[in-house]
Amino acid sequence: MAADAGALAAGPPWRRARLRFSGLLWRRPWLKALGLLAPPLTAFLVVYVGAVAVLFISSFWTVNSFTAAIEHTWTLGNYRLIFSSGQPYLHIARLTLEIAAAVTVTDAVLAFPLAFFMARFAGKRTRAILFVMVLLPLWSSYLVRIYAWQTILAHDGAINWALRGIGLPGLNLAYTNTAMWIVFSYVWLPFMVLPVYAALERIPDSYLEASADLGARGFKTLRSVILPLALPGIVAGSIFTFSLTLGDYITPLLVGGPSSQFIGNTVYNYIQEANTPFAAAFATIPMAIMGVYLLIARRLGAFEAL
Amino acid sequence: MRRIRKRQVAAVLALAAIVGAFAVPAAAVRAGSTGLPTKIGKGEGRLNVIEWPAYTDASFAKKFEQQTGCIIHRKDAGSSNQMFALMHANGGGGGGQYDLVSASGDASLRLIYAHDVQAVNVHLIPSWKQFLPVFKSPPHNTVGGVHYGVSLQWGPNTLIYNTKKVKPAPKNWAAIYSKKYKGKLTVPNNPIQIADAALYLMHTKPSLGIKDPYELTQAQLTAVGQLLVRQKPLLKRYWNYATDEDTSFKNGDVWMGAGWPYQTLQLQANHVPVKEIVPLPTTGWADTWMLAAKAPHPNCAYKWMAYVTTPQVEAKQAIVFGETPVNPKACPYMNKIQKGSCAGYHLNEPASYYNKIKFWKTPVPTCGWKKGNGCMDYNAWQQAWTQITG
Repeated sequence: MAADAGALAAGPPWRRARLRFSGLLWRRPWLKALGLLAPPLTAFLVVYVGAVAVLFISSFWTVNSFTAAIEHTWTLGNYRLIFSSGQPYLHIARLTLEIAAAVTVTDAVLAFPLAFFMARFAGKRTRAILFVMVLLPLWSSYLVRIYAWQTILAHDGAINWALRGIGLPGLNLAYTNTAMWIVFSYVWLPFMVLPVYAALERIPDSYLEASADLGARGFKTLRSVILPLALPGIVAGSIFTFSLTLGDYITPLLVGGPSSQFIGNTVYNYIQEANTPFAAAFATIPMAIMGVYLLIARRLGAFEAL
Repeated sequence: MRRIRKRQVAAVLALAAIVGAFAVPAAAVRAGSTGLPTKIGKGEGRLNVIEWPAYTDASFAKKFEQQTGCIIHRKDAGSSNQMFALMHANGGGGGGQYDLVSASGDASLRLIYAHDVQAVNVHLIPSWKQFLPVFKSPPHNTVGGVHYGVSLQWGPNTLIYNTKKVKPAPKNWAAIYSKKYKGKLTVPNNPIQIADAALYLMHTKPSLGIKDPYELTQAQLTAVGQLLVRQKPLLKRYWNYATDEDTSFKNGDVWMGAGWPYQTLQLQANHVPVKEIVPLPTTGWADTWMLAAKAPHPNCAYKWMAYVTTPQVEAKQAIVFGETPVNPKACPYMNKIQKGSCAGYHLNEPASYYNKIKFWKTPVPTCGWKKGNGCMDYNAWQQAWTQITG
């Protein structure tokens, strides 16, 4: 004790202060945790939770159509409008959900064999090359990729050019919901490949050997051993593909057709027209959908695979 | 001076009568006692504007800044409603921050009725006398004889078609509601498009009793909505940006559609075989530089309004932005910058031509053609448009 006091008293004042401070942090570990977590926690609470709360609150307000001023009177009018039968909003929400689901299934089907090959068969070099190829599109602008697809899908674009070249009639792809499905599936594919790869890589070889020893053929092993173990990875990837599609509004704008309005487009239009309360109310729909989706995903063990 | 005041009071009273419930009783007193400036004073060294992107483009604004010492600070707006919201924020009238706003016809009336803009003495703007007559005191920026800004640029909504694919050439707007070119048509993704359909029905279905394409009753709006719902399966897409429409024409996905002279000229410059017609009557848009009610730099604002309406600058802006000046004296300057652009942008047409263009104006609950609040407001239009396109 006396030696301690002597050491503390010895150094210059700034050094003593520093030692006292680190001593305090050592005696009170919660203080250290707080110091480390305070900046990200504040950002999370203020920026994220705060913004979402304000969004939710404003969804119960209305806007004066003439002065465009927000009227702070509580009403369920916005929600009533969304859910009333004659209105287009449920139809828009359904289209968004359907495309998001279709994109997720497509990406899972495309990603699984690729990830399986990368995780189990590819050598070090091949794997690295495949990784770069999967990630390469992410290094270019999202907008540029969508515009590229615009020209690929166009009436006189690459696909129709190839089809006509082999004597087949051209397809009517440009500006349709099919075009949106193709482009979304392409854009979000890397987000599915990576978690599925991570899940497949973690399956020990011994499991597959055990399965074979017990007499299971390749398909049986795939169905009963590999797929169940890869499922958390697929679900984790689906969180990305599903939520990213659900919230998008640029792809429908650029490659969609006359009936390709997404939730995001409607929200954007209403914000542009200064009707923020309605936009906020409509924006809570995908948030609610994602809430339910995440609960199911957690049940399926997706978060352990992330 | 007395004469001006008298005219002003009468004008404000007329305005109050039109606005009805929206007018503030004190407004007449306030505007009447202010009076208009009779000369432009020394510049304040700064000018804050809310503008459509590139409306104070450096290619012509630099010279203004050098000449007057008024340095321009810009706030770009993405929509008419955003412009209105910006002007109406912080107590309204531009919040004591903004001097000018380049409002389109679908926002300008709302700015006037909400007292966000103030009266302007057009006699301080020398070029005003040269304007095309329809743009001197148009109903979207002049109420009861009081000007709330100066007209700037405009454009008709045109029918663009591919000359190789669409034969014979279309004659009127019926072409975009007909099945003949199903799946090869495009129209803008904008609620104001309802007015185009309303104008079409006004002439083809008189039983609906449409008097003004921007003043529709519930029944009329429903009927117009039904026409647009029937049009939807005929469309390849709704276009959002002018470049989107260009792309669709270029790659052959679209053969015919509603657009602006800008797209036609861009496509022709890229050797796409397109032509446009302006089937009269048609809709069109017109922009106004409006003076904020609480403008902190009014002298610089007046200097800008005087500068930007001169023939040379009008011509430059028209070519930069792809629109038509309100000052016909800009014609030779336009042709000098881009050959044939004066005729291309319809600046050499007779007066009868301009009278057949129904310029955008905000749909408001008060109808001009019948008593009371029987008309559908802009929110109702927005909802109807979502219903059509959703």
